[in-house]
Amino acid sequence: MPRARRRRTGGRIALTVFTGVVFAFLMLPLLVVFPISVSSAPYLQFPPPGFSWQWYQRYLDDPTWIESTIRSFKVAFLCTALSMALGVPLSFALVRSRLRGMRIADRLVAAPIIVPTIIISIAVYSLFAQLRLIGEWYGIAIAHTILALPFVVILVSAGLRTFDEAQEHAAMGLGASWPVAVWRITLPQLRPSLVSAAFLAFVTSFDELVIAMFLSGASMTLPKKMFDNILLEIDPTIAAVSVLQILLACLCLGLATIFGRGALPSSVTR
Amino acid sequence: MSSVAEARAAPSRARPDPERARERTLLLLAAPALLVLGVLFVWPLLRLLSMSVADGTLAQFEKAALDSLYIAVLWDSMEIALFVTAICLVLAYPVSLWLVQAGRLGFILGMFFLLLPFWTSVLVRTYAWMVLLGRSGVINRMLRDWGLIEAPLPLLHNLTGVLIGMVHVLLPYMVFPIYAALLRIDPDLKRAAEGLGAPAWRVFLRVTLPLSLPGVFAGCALVFVISLGFFITPALLGGGRVIMIAMLIEQQVREFLDWPFAAALATVLLAATLVIYAALGRLTGGQAHAAR
Repeated sequence: MPRARRRRTGGRIALTVFTGVVFAFLMLPLLVVFPISVSSAPYLQFPPPGFSWQWYQRYLDDPTWIESTIRSFKVAFLCTALSMALGVPLSFALVRSRLRGMRIADRLVAAPIIVPTIIISIAVYSLFAQLRLIGEWYGIAIAHTILALPFVVILVSAGLRTFDEAQEHAAMGLGASWPVAVWRITLPQLRPSLVSAAFLAFVTSFDELVIAMFLSGASMTLPKKMFDNILLEIDPTIAAVSVLQILLACLCLGLATIFGRGALPSSVTR
Repeated sequence: MSSVAEARAAPSRARPDPERARERTLLLLAAPALLVLGVLFVWPLLRLLSMSVADGTLAQFEKAALDSLYIAVLWDSMEIALFVTAICLVLAYPVSLWLVQAGRLGFILGMFFLLLPFWTSVLVRTYAWMVLLGRSGVINRMLRDWGLIEAPLPLLHNLTGVLIGMVHVLLPYMVFPIYAALLRIDPDLKRAAEGLGAPAWRVFLRVTLPLSLPGVFAGCALVFVISLGFFITPALLGGGRVIMIAMLIEQQVREFLDWPFAAALATVLLAATLVIYAALGRLTGGQAHAAR
Protein backbone atom coordinates (compact mmCIF):
# COMPACT_ATOMS: atom_id res chain seq x y z
CA MET A 1 0.00 0.00 0.00
CA PRO A 2 2.69 2.58 0.82
CA ARG A 3 4.02 2.23 -2.71
CA ALA A 4 0.65 2.93 -4.24
CA ARG A 5 0.14 5.89 -2.00
CA ARG A 6 3.57 7.29 -2.83
CA ARG A 7 2.86 6.94 -6.52
CA ARG A 8 -0.41 8.72 -6.08
CA THR A 9 1.12 11.62 -4.14
CA GLY A 10 3.91 11.67 -6.73
CA GLY A 11 1.27 12.10 -9.43
CA ARG A 12 -0.43 14.81 -7.42
CA ILE A 13 2.80 16.73 -6.97
CA ALA A 14 3.54 16.48 -10.71
CA LEU A 15 0.01 17.74 -11.42
CA THR A 16 0.41 20.64 -8.99
CA VAL A 17 3.80 21.64 -10.44
CA PHE A 18 2.43 21.49 -14.00
CA THR A 19 -0.59 23.59 -13.01
CA GLY A 20 1.71 26.07 -11.27
CA VAL A 21 3.77 26.46 -14.44
CA VAL A 22 0.62 27.05 -16.51
CA PHE A 23 -0.64 29.65 -14.02
CA ALA A 24 2.77 31.36 -14.15
CA PHE A 25 2.50 31.41 -17.95
CA LEU A 26 -0.95 33.02 -17.63
CA MET A 27 0.18 35.69 -15.17
CA LEU A 28 3.62 36.45 -16.69
CA PRO A 29 2.48 38.98 -19.32
CA LEU A 30 0.20 40.75 -16.84
CA LEU A 31 3.02 41.12 -14.32
CA VAL A 32 5.79 42.14 -16.70
CA VAL A 33 4.21 45.46 -17.66
CA PHE A 34 4.25 46.71 -14.04
CA PRO A 35 8.05 47.17 -13.70
CA ILE A 36 8.33 48.52 -17.24
CA SER A 37 5.63 51.12 -16.65
CA VAL A 38 7.63 52.70 -13.80
CA SER A 39 11.00 52.58 -15.60
CA SER A 40 13.20 55.65 -15.61
CA ALA A 41 14.83 54.62 -18.90
CA PRO A 42 13.91 56.68 -21.98
CA TYR A 43 13.11 53.50 -23.93
CA LEU A 44 12.11 49.92 -23.25
CA GLN A 45 14.70 48.38 -20.94
CA PHE A 46 14.61 45.42 -18.60
CA PRO A 47 15.30 45.30 -15.74
CA PRO A 48 14.46 49.00 -15.37
CA PRO A 49 17.48 51.08 -14.27
CA GLY A 50 15.42 53.17 -11.84
CA PHE A 51 11.99 54.21 -10.70
CA SER A 52 9.95 56.98 -12.26
CA TRP A 53 6.34 57.97 -12.85
CA GLN A 54 7.27 59.62 -16.18
CA TRP A 55 5.19 57.31 -18.39
CA TYR A 56 2.06 57.83 -16.32
CA GLN A 57 2.78 61.57 -16.44
CA ARG A 58 3.11 61.38 -20.19
CA TYR A 59 -0.20 59.53 -20.45
CA LEU A 60 -1.97 62.10 -18.29
CA ASP A 61 -0.41 65.06 -20.13
CA ASP A 62 -1.33 63.84 -23.60
CA PRO A 63 -4.86 65.00 -24.50
CA THR A 64 -5.22 62.36 -27.24
CA TRP A 65 -4.71 59.56 -24.67
CA ILE A 66 -7.19 61.15 -22.27
CA GLU A 67 -9.76 61.82 -24.99
CA SER A 68 -9.61 58.24 -26.22
CA THR A 69 -9.92 56.97 -22.63
CA ILE A 70 -13.02 59.08 -22.01
CA ARG A 71 -14.48 57.96 -25.34
CA SER A 72 -13.91 54.31 -24.43
CA PHE A 73 -15.68 54.81 -21.10
CA LYS A 74 -18.64 56.45 -22.84
CA VAL A 75 -18.83 53.64 -25.40
CA ALA A 76 -18.58 50.94 -22.72
CA PHE A 77 -21.25 52.53 -20.49
CA LEU A 78 -23.73 52.89 -23.36
CA CYS A 79 -22.97 49.37 -24.56
CA THR A 80 -23.56 48.00 -21.05
CA ALA A 81 -26.88 49.83 -20.76
CA LEU A 82 -28.03 48.68 -24.20
CA SER A 83 -27.00 45.05 -23.79
CA MET A 84 -28.64 44.84 -20.36
CA ALA A 85 -31.84 46.52 -21.56
CA LEU A 86 -32.06 44.11 -24.47
CA GLY A 87 -30.48 41.03 -22.92
CA VAL A 88 -32.39 40.72 -19.65
CA PRO A 89 -35.89 40.63 -21.20
CA LEU A 90 -34.58 38.33 -23.92
CA SER A 91 -33.26 35.93 -21.26
CA PHE A 92 -36.73 35.69 -19.71
CA ALA A 93 -38.15 34.75 -23.11
CA LEU A 94 -35.39 32.25 -23.90
CA VAL A 95 -35.65 30.47 -20.55
CA ARG A 96 -39.43 30.42 -20.17
CA SER A 97 -40.96 30.30 -23.62
CA ARG A 98 -41.90 26.95 -25.09
CA LEU A 99 -42.12 28.26 -28.63
CA ARG A 100 -39.92 26.28 -30.98
CA GLY A 101 -38.58 29.47 -32.56
CA MET A 102 -36.91 30.38 -29.28
CA ARG A 103 -34.35 27.60 -29.75
CA ILE A 104 -33.30 29.22 -33.00
CA ALA A 105 -33.20 32.59 -31.25
CA ASP A 106 -30.97 31.00 -28.60
CA ARG A 107 -28.45 29.92 -31.24
CA LEU A 108 -28.68 33.29 -32.96
CA VAL A 109 -27.82 35.22 -29.79
CA ALA A 110 -24.77 33.01 -29.15
CA ALA A 111 -23.56 33.25 -32.76
CA PRO A 112 -21.41 36.40 -32.30
CA ILE A 113 -19.09 34.38 -30.03
CA ILE A 114 -18.39 31.98 -32.89
CA VAL A 115 -18.59 34.24 -35.95
CA PRO A 116 -15.14 35.86 -36.43
CA THR A 117 -15.11 39.46 -35.21
CA ILE A 118 -13.43 40.60 -38.42
CA ILE A 119 -16.50 39.47 -40.39
CA ILE A 120 -18.93 41.22 -38.02
CA SER A 121 -16.70 44.30 -38.20
CA ILE A 122 -16.61 44.73 -41.95
CA ALA A 123 -20.30 43.81 -42.27
CA VAL A 124 -21.31 46.51 -39.78
CA TYR A 125 -18.70 48.88 -41.27
CA SER A 126 -20.25 48.73 -44.71
CA LEU A 127 -23.72 49.32 -43.26
CA PHE A 128 -22.62 52.17 -40.97
CA ALA A 129 -20.66 53.81 -43.77
CA GLN A 130 -23.92 54.18 -45.67
CA LEU A 131 -25.71 55.49 -42.59
CA ARG A 132 -22.83 57.93 -41.96
CA LEU A 133 -22.23 56.52 -38.48
CA ILE A 134 -18.45 56.14 -38.87
CA GLY A 135 -16.60 58.20 -36.25
CA GLU A 136 -19.62 58.48 -33.95
CA TRP A 137 -18.94 57.05 -30.50
CA TYR A 138 -22.49 55.77 -30.09
CA GLY A 139 -22.16 53.85 -33.36
CA ILE A 140 -19.32 51.86 -31.80
CA ALA A 141 -21.39 51.27 -28.66
CA ILE A 142 -24.32 49.98 -30.72
CA ALA A 143 -22.04 47.61 -32.65
CA HIS A 144 -20.37 46.41 -29.43
CA THR A 145 -23.81 45.49 -28.10
CA ILE A 146 -23.86 42.59 -30.58
CA LEU A 147 -20.68 41.20 -28.98
CA ALA A 148 -21.76 41.82 -25.37
CA LEU A 149 -25.30 40.47 -25.74
CA PRO A 150 -24.33 36.75 -25.72
CA PHE A 151 -22.44 37.15 -22.44
CA VAL A 152 -25.38 38.96 -20.82
CA VAL A 153 -27.89 36.38 -22.04
CA ILE A 154 -25.71 33.41 -20.96
CA LEU A 155 -25.14 34.77 -17.44
CA VAL A 156 -28.69 36.00 -16.86
CA SER A 157 -30.28 32.84 -18.30
CA ALA A 158 -28.09 30.71 -16.03
CA GLY A 159 -29.34 32.71 -13.04
CA LEU A 160 -32.93 32.58 -14.20
CA ARG A 161 -32.83 28.81 -14.63
CA THR A 162 -32.09 28.33 -10.94
CA PHE A 163 -34.92 30.69 -9.92
CA ASP A 164 -38.19 29.09 -8.83
CA GLU A 165 -40.98 30.68 -10.83
CA ALA A 166 -43.51 29.66 -8.16
CA GLN A 167 -42.38 32.69 -6.16
CA GLU A 168 -43.65 34.96 -8.93
CA HIS A 169 -46.96 33.10 -9.02
CA ALA A 170 -47.27 33.49 -5.26
CA ALA A 171 -46.76 37.25 -5.55
CA MET A 172 -49.31 37.44 -8.35
CA GLY A 173 -51.74 35.32 -6.34
CA LEU A 174 -51.46 37.97 -3.65
CA GLY A 175 -52.51 40.62 -6.15
CA ALA A 176 -49.26 41.89 -7.68
CA SER A 177 -49.18 42.41 -11.41
CA TRP A 178 -46.56 40.42 -13.32
CA PRO A 179 -44.17 43.35 -13.91
CA VAL A 180 -44.34 44.23 -10.20
CA ALA A 181 -43.69 40.60 -9.23
CA VAL A 182 -40.65 40.48 -11.52
CA TRP A 183 -39.36 43.83 -10.27
CA ARG A 184 -39.85 43.11 -6.56
CA ILE A 185 -39.28 39.34 -6.40
CA THR A 186 -37.35 38.01 -9.39
CA LEU A 187 -34.85 40.72 -10.28
CA PRO A 188 -33.53 41.21 -6.71
CA GLN A 189 -32.77 37.49 -6.54
CA LEU A 190 -31.12 37.63 -9.96
CA ARG A 191 -28.89 40.51 -8.84
CA PRO A 192 -25.66 38.48 -8.73
CA SER A 193 -26.13 37.37 -12.33
CA LEU A 194 -27.14 40.86 -13.40
CA VAL A 195 -24.06 42.42 -11.79
CA SER A 196 -21.69 39.93 -13.41
CA ALA A 197 -23.39 40.35 -16.77
CA ALA A 198 -23.11 44.13 -16.61
CA PHE A 199 -19.41 44.04 -15.72
CA LEU A 200 -18.63 41.49 -18.43
CA ALA A 201 -20.51 43.60 -20.98
CA PHE A 202 -18.58 46.67 -19.85
CA VAL A 203 -15.18 44.97 -20.12
CA THR A 204 -16.06 43.39 -23.47
CA SER A 205 -16.82 46.79 -24.94
CA PHE A 206 -14.00 48.70 -23.22
CA ASP A 207 -11.34 46.30 -24.55
CA GLU A 208 -12.74 45.70 -28.02
CA LEU A 209 -10.40 46.64 -30.86
CA VAL A 210 -11.41 45.16 -34.21
CA ILE A 211 -14.87 46.75 -34.52
CA ALA A 212 -13.51 50.02 -33.12
CA MET A 213 -10.72 49.94 -35.73
CA PHE A 214 -13.27 50.10 -38.53
CA LEU A 215 -15.92 52.30 -36.95
CA SER A 216 -13.98 54.89 -34.97
CA GLY A 217 -12.50 56.84 -37.89
CA ALA A 218 -10.46 59.76 -36.54
CA SER A 219 -12.08 59.71 -33.08
CA MET A 220 -10.24 56.78 -31.56
CA THR A 221 -11.13 54.57 -28.63
CA LEU A 222 -8.40 53.61 -26.16
CA PRO A 223 -7.63 50.20 -27.72
CA LYS A 224 -7.41 51.78 -31.20
CA LYS A 225 -5.06 54.48 -29.93
CA MET A 226 -2.97 51.78 -28.23
CA PHE A 227 -2.88 49.64 -31.36
CA ASP A 228 -1.65 52.56 -33.48
CA ASN A 229 1.05 53.39 -30.92
CA ILE A 230 2.21 49.78 -30.75
CA LEU A 231 2.59 49.73 -34.54
CA LEU A 232 4.65 52.93 -34.42
CA GLU A 233 6.95 52.11 -31.51
CA ILE A 234 6.89 50.08 -28.32
CA ASP A 235 7.23 52.98 -25.91
CA PRO A 236 6.67 52.51 -22.19
CA THR A 237 3.64 54.85 -22.20
CA ILE A 238 1.76 51.81 -23.53
CA ALA A 239 3.00 49.84 -20.51
CA ALA A 240 1.54 52.50 -18.21
CA VAL A 241 -1.79 52.39 -20.08
CA SER A 242 -1.66 48.57 -19.91
CA VAL A 243 -1.18 48.65 -16.14
CA LEU A 244 -4.20 50.95 -15.80
CA GLN A 245 -6.27 48.57 -17.94
CA ILE A 246 -5.17 45.54 -15.94
CA LEU A 247 -6.13 47.35 -12.72
CA LEU A 248 -9.51 48.18 -14.26
CA ALA A 249 -9.98 44.49 -15.17
CA CYS A 250 -9.02 43.57 -11.58
CA LEU A 251 -11.55 46.05 -10.25
CA CYS A 252 -14.36 44.80 -12.51
CA LEU A 253 -13.56 41.15 -11.78
CA GLY A 254 -13.35 41.87 -8.04
CA LEU A 255 -16.65 43.76 -7.95
CA ALA A 256 -18.32 41.07 -10.06
CA THR A 257 -17.05 38.41 -7.66
CA ILE A 258 -18.11 40.25 -4.50
CA PHE A 259 -21.48 41.58 -5.66
CA GLY A 260 -22.14 39.11 -8.46
CA ARG A 261 -21.49 35.48 -9.06
CA GLY A 262 -18.16 36.03 -10.80
CA ALA A 263 -17.96 34.96 -14.38
CA LEU A 264 -18.97 31.40 -13.70
CA PRO A 265 -16.87 29.08 -15.84
CA SER A 266 -19.60 26.80 -17.15
CA SER A 267 -21.76 29.77 -17.96
CA VAL A 268 -19.12 31.72 -19.85
CA THR A 269 -18.45 28.91 -22.26
CA ARG A 270 -21.88 27.37 -22.59
CA MET B 1 -62.39 41.44 -0.56
CA SER B 2 -64.32 41.85 -3.75
CA SER B 3 -61.26 43.15 -5.61
CA VAL B 4 -59.31 40.02 -4.72
CA ALA B 5 -62.17 37.88 -5.93
CA GLU B 6 -62.26 39.91 -9.12
CA ALA B 7 -58.54 39.54 -9.62
CA ARG B 8 -58.85 35.79 -9.20
CA ALA B 9 -61.80 35.56 -11.54
CA ALA B 10 -60.35 37.94 -14.12
CA PRO B 11 -57.87 35.59 -15.79
CA SER B 12 -60.50 33.04 -16.68
CA ARG B 13 -62.80 35.68 -18.10
CA ALA B 14 -60.49 38.14 -19.89
CA ARG B 15 -57.81 35.64 -20.92
CA PRO B 16 -59.34 32.35 -21.82
CA ASP B 17 -55.94 30.85 -22.60
CA PRO B 18 -53.30 31.97 -20.06
CA GLU B 19 -50.64 29.88 -21.82
CA ARG B 20 -51.04 31.86 -25.03
CA ALA B 21 -51.08 35.19 -23.22
CA ARG B 22 -47.89 34.18 -21.47
CA GLU B 23 -46.17 33.23 -24.72
CA ARG B 24 -47.29 36.54 -26.21
CA THR B 25 -45.71 38.47 -23.32
CA LEU B 26 -42.48 36.52 -23.62
CA LEU B 27 -42.37 37.11 -27.36
CA LEU B 28 -42.83 40.82 -26.70
CA LEU B 29 -39.89 40.74 -24.29
CA ALA B 30 -37.68 39.02 -26.85
CA ALA B 31 -38.73 41.28 -29.73
CA PRO B 32 -36.45 44.33 -29.15
CA ALA B 33 -33.30 42.22 -28.80
CA LEU B 34 -34.16 40.03 -31.77
CA LEU B 35 -34.94 43.11 -33.83
CA VAL B 36 -31.56 44.64 -32.99
CA LEU B 37 -29.78 41.35 -33.75
CA GLY B 38 -31.61 41.16 -37.05
CA VAL B 39 -30.76 44.72 -38.09
CA LEU B 40 -27.19 44.85 -36.77
CA PHE B 41 -26.02 41.27 -37.15
CA VAL B 42 -28.03 39.11 -39.54
CA TRP B 43 -28.84 41.80 -42.12
CA PRO B 44 -25.28 43.25 -42.41
CA LEU B 45 -23.89 39.71 -42.55
CA LEU B 46 -26.21 38.67 -45.38
CA ARG B 47 -25.47 41.95 -47.18
CA LEU B 48 -21.74 41.28 -46.91
CA LEU B 49 -22.04 37.68 -48.11
CA SER B 50 -24.16 38.76 -51.07
CA MET B 51 -21.44 41.21 -52.16
CA SER B 52 -19.27 38.23 -53.09
CA VAL B 53 -21.70 37.26 -55.85
CA ALA B 54 -22.91 40.78 -56.69
CA ASP B 55 -21.85 40.44 -60.33
CA GLY B 56 -23.90 37.28 -60.68
CA THR B 57 -20.89 34.99 -61.04
CA LEU B 58 -18.61 33.05 -58.76
CA ALA B 59 -15.59 34.93 -60.14
CA GLN B 60 -14.48 36.12 -56.69
CA PHE B 61 -14.40 32.59 -55.35
CA GLU B 62 -12.53 31.43 -58.45
CA LYS B 63 -9.96 34.15 -57.82
CA ALA B 64 -9.50 32.91 -54.26
CA ALA B 65 -9.34 29.26 -55.28
CA LEU B 66 -6.91 29.75 -58.17
CA ASP B 67 -4.42 31.98 -56.41
CA SER B 68 -2.02 29.80 -54.45
CA LEU B 69 -1.42 32.67 -51.99
CA TYR B 70 -4.98 32.62 -50.68
CA ILE B 71 -5.07 28.83 -50.49
CA ALA B 72 -1.79 28.89 -48.59
CA VAL B 73 -3.10 31.48 -46.12
CA LEU B 74 -6.29 29.53 -45.54
CA TRP B 75 -4.25 26.37 -45.01
CA ASP B 76 -1.84 28.15 -42.64
CA SER B 77 -4.78 29.51 -40.65
CA MET B 78 -6.20 26.00 -40.25
CA GLU B 79 -2.78 24.71 -39.23
CA ILE B 80 -2.27 27.47 -36.67
CA ALA B 81 -5.76 26.90 -35.26
CA LEU B 82 -4.99 23.19 -34.99
CA PHE B 83 -1.66 23.84 -33.20
CA VAL B 84 -3.31 26.28 -30.81
CA THR B 85 -6.10 23.79 -30.06
CA ALA B 86 -3.62 20.95 -29.43
CA ILE B 87 -1.38 23.04 -27.15
CA CYS B 88 -4.38 24.42 -25.24
CA LEU B 89 -5.71 20.89 -24.73
CA VAL B 90 -2.37 19.58 -23.42
CA LEU B 91 -2.10 22.51 -20.99
CA ALA B 92 -5.77 22.72 -20.00
CA TYR B 93 -6.54 19.10 -19.18
CA PRO B 94 -4.10 18.72 -16.26
CA VAL B 95 -5.07 22.17 -14.99
CA SER B 96 -8.76 21.19 -15.04
CA LEU B 97 -7.95 17.93 -13.22
CA TRP B 98 -6.06 19.90 -10.60
CA LEU B 99 -8.93 22.42 -10.23
CA VAL B 100 -11.46 19.65 -9.61
CA GLN B 101 -9.30 18.12 -6.86
CA ALA B 102 -8.16 21.42 -5.36
CA GLY B 103 -9.33 22.61 -1.97
CA ARG B 104 -11.31 25.81 -1.55
CA LEU B 105 -8.28 28.11 -1.42
CA GLY B 106 -6.64 26.42 -4.40
CA PHE B 107 -9.86 26.71 -6.38
CA ILE B 108 -10.22 30.42 -5.66
CA LEU B 109 -6.57 31.07 -6.57
CA GLY B 110 -6.89 28.97 -9.73
CA MET B 111 -10.03 30.81 -10.82
CA PHE B 112 -8.28 34.13 -10.20
CA PHE B 113 -5.30 33.09 -12.38
CA LEU B 114 -7.68 31.97 -15.15
CA LEU B 115 -10.22 34.79 -14.97
CA LEU B 116 -7.92 37.78 -14.61
CA PRO B 117 -6.24 37.18 -17.99
CA PHE B 118 -9.69 36.34 -19.42
CA TRP B 119 -10.97 39.76 -18.30
CA THR B 120 -7.85 41.62 -19.43
CA SER B 121 -7.76 43.14 -22.90
CA VAL B 122 -6.27 40.93 -25.63
CA LEU B 123 -4.36 43.96 -26.85
CA VAL B 124 -2.71 44.54 -23.46
CA ARG B 125 -1.68 40.90 -23.28
CA THR B 126 -0.36 40.91 -26.85
CA TYR B 127 1.68 44.03 -26.12
CA ALA B 128 3.10 42.37 -23.01
CA TRP B 129 4.18 39.36 -25.09
CA MET B 130 5.95 41.71 -27.51
CA VAL B 131 7.85 43.14 -24.55
CA LEU B 132 8.68 39.64 -23.30
CA LEU B 133 9.57 37.90 -26.55
CA GLY B 134 11.42 40.55 -28.60
CA ARG B 135 15.08 40.23 -29.68
CA SER B 136 16.12 42.46 -26.81
CA GLY B 137 13.01 41.55 -24.85
CA VAL B 138 12.78 40.46 -21.24
CA ILE B 139 13.21 36.72 -21.86
CA ASN B 140 16.17 37.02 -24.25
CA ARG B 141 17.83 39.60 -22.00
CA MET B 142 17.56 37.40 -18.94
CA LEU B 143 18.70 34.23 -20.72
CA ARG B 144 21.74 36.12 -22.03
CA ASP B 145 22.55 37.66 -18.65
CA TRP B 146 22.48 34.20 -17.10
CA GLY B 147 24.81 32.96 -19.85
CA LEU B 148 22.34 30.39 -21.13
CA ILE B 149 22.35 31.61 -24.72
CA GLU B 150 24.82 33.43 -26.98
CA ALA B 151 22.52 34.94 -29.56
CA PRO B 152 18.91 35.99 -28.92
CA LEU B 153 16.30 33.30 -29.61
CA PRO B 154 13.85 34.13 -32.40
CA LEU B 155 10.62 34.25 -30.38
CA LEU B 156 8.79 37.22 -31.89
CA HIS B 157 7.65 37.95 -35.45
CA ASN B 158 7.33 34.25 -36.24
CA LEU B 159 5.03 31.29 -35.66
CA THR B 160 6.38 30.69 -32.14
CA GLY B 161 5.33 34.16 -31.01
CA VAL B 162 1.88 33.87 -32.60
CA LEU B 163 1.28 30.47 -30.98
CA ILE B 164 2.37 31.69 -27.53
CA GLY B 165 0.12 34.74 -27.74
CA MET B 166 -2.91 32.84 -29.06
CA VAL B 167 -2.60 30.01 -26.54
CA HIS B 168 -2.49 32.61 -23.78
CA VAL B 169 -5.75 34.16 -24.98
CA LEU B 170 -7.60 30.91 -25.63
CA LEU B 171 -6.49 28.70 -22.73
CA PRO B 172 -9.43 29.68 -20.44
CA TYR B 173 -11.87 28.75 -23.24
CA MET B 174 -10.44 25.22 -23.09
CA VAL B 175 -10.19 24.92 -19.30
CA PHE B 176 -13.78 25.92 -18.47
CA PRO B 177 -15.67 23.25 -20.48
CA ILE B 178 -13.22 20.48 -19.49
CA TYR B 179 -13.47 21.53 -15.85
CA ALA B 180 -17.27 21.57 -16.08
CA ALA B 181 -17.28 18.07 -17.61
CA LEU B 182 -14.93 16.71 -14.93
CA LEU B 183 -17.10 18.25 -12.24
CA ARG B 184 -20.17 16.41 -13.56
CA ILE B 185 -18.53 12.99 -13.16
CA ASP B 186 -20.07 11.09 -10.25
CA PRO B 187 -17.21 10.56 -7.72
CA ASP B 188 -18.81 7.22 -6.73
CA LEU B 189 -17.81 5.82 -10.14
CA LYS B 190 -14.15 6.47 -9.38
CA ARG B 191 -14.49 5.07 -5.87
CA ALA B 192 -16.16 1.95 -7.25
CA ALA B 193 -13.32 1.42 -9.72
CA GLU B 194 -10.75 1.93 -6.97
CA GLY B 195 -12.64 -0.42 -4.67
CA LEU B 196 -12.51 -3.07 -7.37
CA GLY B 197 -8.74 -2.78 -7.33
CA ALA B 198 -8.04 -0.58 -10.35
CA PRO B 199 -4.80 1.40 -10.06
CA ALA B 200 -5.06 5.19 -10.37
CA TRP B 201 -3.90 5.30 -13.99
CA ARG B 202 -6.52 2.77 -15.02
CA VAL B 203 -9.26 4.64 -13.16
CA PHE B 204 -8.22 7.70 -15.12
CA LEU B 205 -8.09 5.95 -18.51
CA ARG B 206 -11.29 3.95 -18.12
CA VAL B 207 -13.52 6.26 -16.07
CA THR B 208 -12.38 9.88 -15.86
CA LEU B 209 -11.07 10.37 -19.40
CA PRO B 210 -14.02 8.89 -21.33
CA LEU B 211 -16.56 10.74 -19.21
CA SER B 212 -14.75 14.05 -19.70
CA LEU B 213 -14.65 13.74 -23.51
CA PRO B 214 -17.76 15.89 -24.12
CA GLY B 215 -16.00 18.77 -22.35
CA VAL B 216 -12.83 18.11 -24.34
CA PHE B 217 -14.72 18.26 -27.64
CA ALA B 218 -16.64 21.36 -26.58
CA GLY B 219 -13.38 23.11 -25.62
CA CYS B 220 -11.64 22.03 -28.83
CA ALA B 221 -14.54 23.24 -30.98
CA LEU B 222 -14.58 26.63 -29.27
CA VAL B 223 -10.80 27.14 -29.33
CA PHE B 224 -10.34 25.95 -32.93
CA VAL B 225 -13.15 28.10 -34.27
CA ILE B 226 -12.11 31.25 -32.38
CA SER B 227 -8.45 30.79 -33.41
CA LEU B 228 -9.41 30.43 -37.04
CA GLY B 229 -10.73 34.00 -37.18
CA PHE B 230 -8.02 35.58 -35.02
CA PHE B 231 -6.73 38.96 -36.03
CA ILE B 232 -5.01 41.14 -33.41
CA THR B 233 -2.53 38.61 -32.01
CA PRO B 234 -1.15 37.27 -35.32
CA ALA B 235 -1.07 40.79 -36.75
CA LEU B 236 1.14 42.06 -33.92
CA LEU B 237 3.17 38.99 -32.93
CA GLY B 238 3.58 37.60 -36.46
CA GLY B 239 5.39 40.70 -37.67
CA GLY B 240 4.02 40.29 -41.19
CA ARG B 241 5.59 36.84 -41.51
CA VAL B 242 2.56 34.93 -40.25
CA ILE B 243 -0.58 35.75 -42.23
CA MET B 244 -3.99 34.50 -41.17
CA ILE B 245 -7.16 34.77 -43.19
CA ALA B 246 -8.68 37.49 -41.00
CA MET B 247 -5.66 39.71 -41.76
CA LEU B 248 -6.18 39.10 -45.46
CA ILE B 249 -9.82 40.17 -45.21
CA GLU B 250 -8.86 43.33 -43.34
CA GLN B 251 -6.24 44.13 -45.97
CA GLN B 252 -8.71 43.69 -48.85
CA VAL B 253 -11.15 46.11 -47.23
CA ARG B 254 -8.77 48.77 -45.94
CA GLU B 255 -5.95 48.80 -48.46
CA PHE B 256 -7.46 47.59 -51.72
CA LEU B 257 -11.11 48.52 -51.06
CA ASP B 258 -11.92 45.27 -52.86
CA TRP B 259 -15.26 44.56 -51.18
CA PRO B 260 -16.41 41.71 -53.45
CA PHE B 261 -13.19 39.80 -52.87
CA ALA B 262 -13.16 40.54 -49.12
CA ALA B 263 -16.76 39.30 -49.03
CA ALA B 264 -15.77 36.08 -50.81
CA LEU B 265 -12.95 35.46 -48.31
CA ALA B 266 -15.33 36.24 -45.44
CA THR B 267 -17.83 33.74 -46.84
CA VAL B 268 -15.15 31.04 -46.99
CA LEU B 269 -14.03 31.80 -43.40
CA LEU B 270 -17.60 31.87 -42.09
CA ALA B 271 -18.50 28.61 -43.86
CA ALA B 272 -15.38 26.89 -42.50
CA THR B 273 -16.15 28.19 -39.01
CA LEU B 274 -19.76 27.04 -38.97
CA VAL B 275 -19.08 23.64 -40.56
CA ILE B 276 -16.23 22.81 -38.17
CA TYR B 277 -18.17 24.02 -35.15
CA ALA B 278 -21.25 22.02 -36.11
CA ALA B 279 -19.17 18.90 -36.79
CA LEU B 280 -17.34 19.09 -33.47
CA GLY B 281 -20.55 20.04 -31.69
CA ARG B 282 -22.07 16.80 -32.96
CA LEU B 283 -19.29 14.85 -31.21
CA THR B 284 -20.25 16.39 -27.88
CA GLY B 285 -23.79 15.15 -28.37
CA GLY B 286 -25.23 18.56 -27.62
CA GLN B 287 -23.31 18.69 -24.34
CA ALA B 288 -21.66 21.93 -25.33
CA HIS B 289 -25.00 23.63 -25.27
CA ALA B 290 -26.36 21.73 -22.32
CA ALA B 291 -23.32 22.73 -20.28
CA ARG B 292 -24.93 26.03 -19.37
